[in-house]
Amino acid sequence: MAFQSQSSARKTYRLARDNVFAALFTSSVIIGVLVLAWLLIEVFMDSIGWLDWQFLSSYSSRHPDQAGILAPIAGTFWVIILTAVMTVPVGIATAVYLEEFAPNNRITRLIQLNISNLAGVPSVVYGLLGLAIFVQYLFDGQRSLLAGALTLSLLVMPIVIIASQEAIRAVPPSYRDAAYAMGATRWQVVKMVVLPQAIPSIMSGIILAMSRAIGETAPILVVSSLVFITYVPTSPFDRFTVLPLQIVTWVSQPQDDFRHIAAAAIVILLVMLLTMNAAAIYIRAKFQRRAEY
Amino acid sequence: MSLRNEEAYLARHRNRRHLEQAIVLWVLRAAALISILTTIGIVAVLVSQSIGFFQEEICVLNEGEPIKPCEPGVNGTLTRVGIFDFLTGTNWSPLFKPYREVGLSFGVLPLVAGTFLVAAVAGIVSLGLGIGAAVFLSEYAPDRVRTIIKPILEVLAGIPTVVYGYFALLTIGPALRFVIGDDNLGTFSALSAGLVMGIMIMPMVTTLSEDAMISVPRSLRDAAYALGATRFEVATKVVVPAALSGIVSSFILAVSRAVGETMIVYLAAGGRPNLTFNPLEAVQAMTAFIVNVALGDTPHGEIEYYTIFVVGLLLFLITLVMNILGRWVVQRFRQQYE
Repeated sequence: MAFQSQSSARKTYRLARDNVFAALFTSSVIIGVLVLAWLLIEVFMDSIGWLDWQFLSSYSSRHPDQAGILAPIAGTFWVIILTAVMTVPVGIATAVYLEEFAPNNRITRLIQLNISNLAGVPSVVYGLLGLAIFVQYLFDGQRSLLAGALTLSLLVMPIVIIASQEAIRAVPPSYRDAAYAMGATRWQVVKMVVLPQAIPSIMSGIILAMSRAIGETAPILVVSSLVFITYVPTSPFDRFTVLPLQIVTWVSQPQDDFRHIAAAAIVILLVMLLTMNAAAIYIRAKFQRRAEY
Repeated sequence: MSLRNEEAYLARHRNRRHLEQAIVLWVLRAAALISILTTIGIVAVLVSQSIGFFQEEICVLNEGEPIKPCEPGVNGTLTRVGIFDFLTGTNWSPLFKPYREVGLSFGVLPLVAGTFLVAAVAGIVSLGLGIGAAVFLSEYAPDRVRTIIKPILEVLAGIPTVVYGYFALLTIGPALRFVIGDDNLGTFSALSAGLVMGIMIMPMVTTLSEDAMISVPRSLRDAAYALGATRFEVATKVVVPAALSGIVSSFILAVSRAVGETMIVYLAAGGRPNLTFNPLEAVQAMTAFIVNVALGDTPHGEIEYYTIFVVGLLLFLITLVMNILGRWVVQRFRQQYE
């Protein structure tokens, strides 16, 4: 076909098709953004009039207008702190081992493959692990904060490890070489050069992993079950509830008022997540600015 | 300090440093071992409890007996659930006693079908929207639009699933009923759960597909443009075929996410096992069943308790295969450019 012979009708068709599909591709992005907006507006509108000090400072109740989220907020803070305490040292240590110490052999590759597979295991399966190992075996049928935190710790461990590995890998090799040239051992290089450089980035990865843990519902549901709790837990062996569990309880109630307190609890949950994500972004941005020169 | 003392000092110091390093190395190795132990723990728990499931003797009513509590030797017989009955049985109601026929109570197909029905709806939504968005971001959007849109889509992936459950049950469900009529759609449906789940996994398809499209070399696009191709033709005839392995992989990984997702299906898809391919009906997914039983006070060590582990094992295997497949597709079919 000669170049000039393309009919103008064909050309018009091709251009029209181009424009139609440009609109379609654009609209798939717009649909995503609009659904997000719809969800947020819906939650926010539902919560109006229900989110007050009484709501934040009361325990759960069978009457929606008296119910509050003191116990789940306290439980969420407990779980997150316990989870962080257990996950952070192990996660960073694993990342340091894999990046700085591990020989490049089959076992190391197996560990690496295993970590990325663990990241793809459905969260409810971690709940089953926690139920069988921590609740039934370790604590003899006792559902406790510690069992929940241990379960979540295993769940977010791959995320912490992968984020820490990326942070460690981003430290320029020349920094390490400089330290080795001065006779430092491998561990001294890690302790004095690599970790101080990588810590801001690791921190931001950890915060993101913890924000994932805050929103996790299924494993905690399996490990802790739904309980009506009207106290603030005082020890890691107490029974507990967390915000997502309280939301599940309220969403499942048929009465309309429960829908509103569920929305109010979701607003609190989203505010916590937003704060943590903002902190992570801030830390990362600050770090990047410093590393530029 | 004399020369000899100084040498001794240095030697001591060096020994201390090397001892420290040796100790640290063992601590680090122990930490790395935990991730291996986690996998071993998961497999060991799921497999051992599943063996318990298949070994547990249950009382099944003899044929023709009226429905009364089952007593072995009186009106029933002790038997075990066979793996074949479990995998091919079409009725799942292990919580309702007495059992009448093994295949009528312990057939897992309704749960598997429920899971894949919701995942199929989610897959269609996320594939359409996700690839459309990926093409837009990599081929059409100016850099400034891209840097604004991408984080907004990422927010969708960061919203807790329980919030999506609320949205599916209380917003999308009623909205769908308003459009297609109360008679056609109940409170719970695979459709509302699947639509919302599709939105949730869309960012995953978008991000992974876009990564694959971005890495298609500029020169291929330029060649097509030089021949007079439109943007649509460049996208569909050059970029998408070149990035196909990445796109297929992103889709498989996203559907695997959908299969393992719990809270949306627990809250919005329904709580009764139902072997159907009609997305307007309520179905129970595997994950929803696990949560449902775990919430009841099922005594430890009975067959009802074992069911959640055997379903969990099946779920674990399905998602594992899909994840491996997703990664394999990329490695096997990736186009390498100089």
